[in-house]
Amino acid sequence: MHFGLSEDQELLQETVRGFAEAEFPAQRLREVFDAGAGHDDAVWQGFAEMGIAGLAVPEAYGGAGLGVLELALVCEIAGGACLPGAILEHALASLAIARAGSEAQRERWLPKLAAGETVATVAFGEQHEKVGDVWRPEQWSLRESSGKLTGTKSWVPHLGRADLVVVGVEGGALAVLEQSGGSTPGARTETQEGIDRNRPIHRFVLDSVEAEVLPGSRDPDVAHGVIDAGLAGLAADAFGSATRLIRMCVDYTTERKQFGFPIAQFQAVKHQIARMGTAIEPTRALFWYAAHALEEGNGDGPRHAAMAKAEITDRALDIARDAVELHGGLGFTWECDVQMWFKRAMYDRSFLGTPEMQRERMAAMAGW
Amino acid sequence: MDLRYDESHEAFRNEVREFLQGWPLTGDEANLALEAQEALFRQRAVDRGYVYRDIPTEYGGGGGEPDVLAESICREEFYAVGAPYASTLQGPAMLVPTLMEFGSEEQRRNFVPPTLRGEIQWCQGYSEPGSGSDLASLQCSAALEGDEWVINGQKIWTSNAQESDFLFGLFRTETGASKHKGISYLLVPVDQPGIEVRPLKQMTGGTDFNEVFFQDARTAADNIVGERGQGWQVSRATLKHERNLIAHPNMMRDHFDALVELARSVQRHGRPAIEDPGIRQRLAEIECVVRTNETSNLRQLSATARGEELKCMLPMMMNKLYSTDAMQMLMKLAYDLAGSDGMLAPLERDIANYRRGEGPTAWVEQYVFSLGPAIAGGATNIQLNIIGERGYGLPRDLRPQE
Repeated sequence: MHFGLSEDQELLQETVRGFAEAEFPAQRLREVFDAGAGHDDAVWQGFAEMGIAGLAVPEAYGGAGLGVLELALVCEIAGGACLPGAILEHALASLAIARAGSEAQRERWLPKLAAGETVATVAFGEQHEKVGDVWRPEQWSLRESSGKLTGTKSWVPHLGRADLVVVGVEGGALAVLEQSGGSTPGARTETQEGIDRNRPIHRFVLDSVEAEVLPGSRDPDVAHGVIDAGLAGLAADAFGSATRLIRMCVDYTTERKQFGFPIAQFQAVKHQIARMGTAIEPTRALFWYAAHALEEGNGDGPRHAAMAKAEITDRALDIARDAVELHGGLGFTWECDVQMWFKRAMYDRSFLGTPEMQRERMAAMAGW
Repeated sequence: MDLRYDESHEAFRNEVREFLQGWPLTGDEANLALEAQEALFRQRAVDRGYVYRDIPTEYGGGGGEPDVLAESICREEFYAVGAPYASTLQGPAMLVPTLMEFGSEEQRRNFVPPTLRGEIQWCQGYSEPGSGSDLASLQCSAALEGDEWVINGQKIWTSNAQESDFLFGLFRTETGASKHKGISYLLVPVDQPGIEVRPLKQMTGGTDFNEVFFQDARTAADNIVGERGQGWQVSRATLKHERNLIAHPNMMRDHFDALVELARSVQRHGRPAIEDPGIRQRLAEIECVVRTNETSNLRQLSATARGEELKCMLPMMMNKLYSTDAMQMLMKLAYDLAGSDGMLAPLERDIANYRRGEGPTAWVEQYVFSLGPAIAGGATNIQLNIIGERGYGLPRDLRPQE
């Protein structure tokens, strides 16, 4: 029995962490964030070279063939370093093609995805006036007919950079849409001015746009599995962000003096930090377990993914709010780094369904 | 991650399950009083090496090799069928591990076996009226006169003192030594003219804890654990065991299952409360916390088994606070579900059977009781200091008197 990471998994995290520290210093993060492109060539290049771009691609197609837990572990580091780019979304799209694509589709797309030459994202969200926000396959209403897609997807991340978009369609299937040069005939891209400038989001309006359905995805369990992996990834990203924010608060409050003492010496501050830590640190085991259970397919996965996403992304945003407060007036400025993680936490919390939605799903899955 | 147990542990689990078919007792044994049945079965389990397994047989334990996984298998399996596992009373749970770590050979031989058999009952004398969170300021004194310690002063919040044969506790023995270095850890017989136990009535109505007054009370000079002035270090070990006791994840899962049943059984707007969206949100939120506690404990268990505790020092430090907060969150929903009956006082029965009662007043009792663990064994505000200072390396509080 081993509830913990293997040496390879620890090494994976160390490698990505070391890369992020060396290649994506604070100043570069600031530049990328302010520019709002949501992408950094050096980061993407590095991810391609380290094999992270192909993390979810099977080895037979040139990928690393790793699982959902490894994906989550990379997301944790990405969250901690506030990395831009379609890291999670690219992996989810790759996972969908690997699991449900025909042999020809896999051969066509997977090697390029693994090499990072092709960038992919996912379009799963829909905003309906009457039904409300929709993320899950059984509620998708974007139409697919003879390989043509018509309808609107909302909150599609990194759409401007994506060569491939995996789109969720009515009935729960997944279709792959190829964009040339970031645009496609019949498709309109409207920016939604996302708050996390490292992950720009768009509305994707499709009018009879050509796409290829992944044959295996006629079974909506495939789409569910891909989204659940995303929930685990977002939970991990939020965990990484929250632990990084706590570290920033520890450093700042130990440095900052008032009344002649470091403010961390006052219990009001010390206890606030201890509470932030206690809210998040034990949940590391929860996202590990969720990701592991998804990978094993032991039946526990989907509900635990909902649990991890609800609990961790919710706590992470609370922690981000506390972190702003602990940095005082400075914390409320654009100049203070805290805001970048704060906004990351907002994205992690909302993307693929809010904690409230996940808790209702948990309740339904338990038969309550 | 590999959550399967290896073959030898799987075989061990089967062996334990087979043994547990002997519970509940049958035939004549089933006619004994429940406590006698529990003692009888527990002793059988000790003899098989399932309970108190890390204590050597010469001290009345199971005599197994240290193996936290085997221990956890026993705990899980015993718990699953409600069989009496290791006693959670202070003697077996707190004093015995302390004696095994710091006690003399004679103390271990004299005290550990009868304590594990339940023949000696213990209570803990730490807190004093003026020394709670600042425990090291304690004043209750013991002076060596000939071959006896003579004790004067008072202890408070002493659970089960009325039923106890002995008290283990901290006493100031070294006059003139600094605060922490003047304390010794002594074992004191309770039934003697110099000791008076006065029960304290708790806000739940129960009387679990007491005040203990010492007036020239006596204990043998040998009844010191560790060296003179070393009591503070010895007591840290005991406190660690107490915190582990409070953070037991199986218990929380039982409470959560009972909470779900409660939400199914009470009505809101003409329908079972469990169908109410707000209640569902809260139940799900609580389950996230319960499951976090379980998985985090599993991670810590696994790390301990591999000698890698250092990898999870932070969550270990947080167990007590996390689980007491979780229990309070859980009990608050239970209390809300009790509805207007939240105005009712707990019944005698609820107080006597605490944690096992049924009906709204039992939940009221548990709701009030859930405050207790947040105070006992290091209050929440003290836990926050420990996490902040030792966990995150924040500067220590100003302590002008030192």
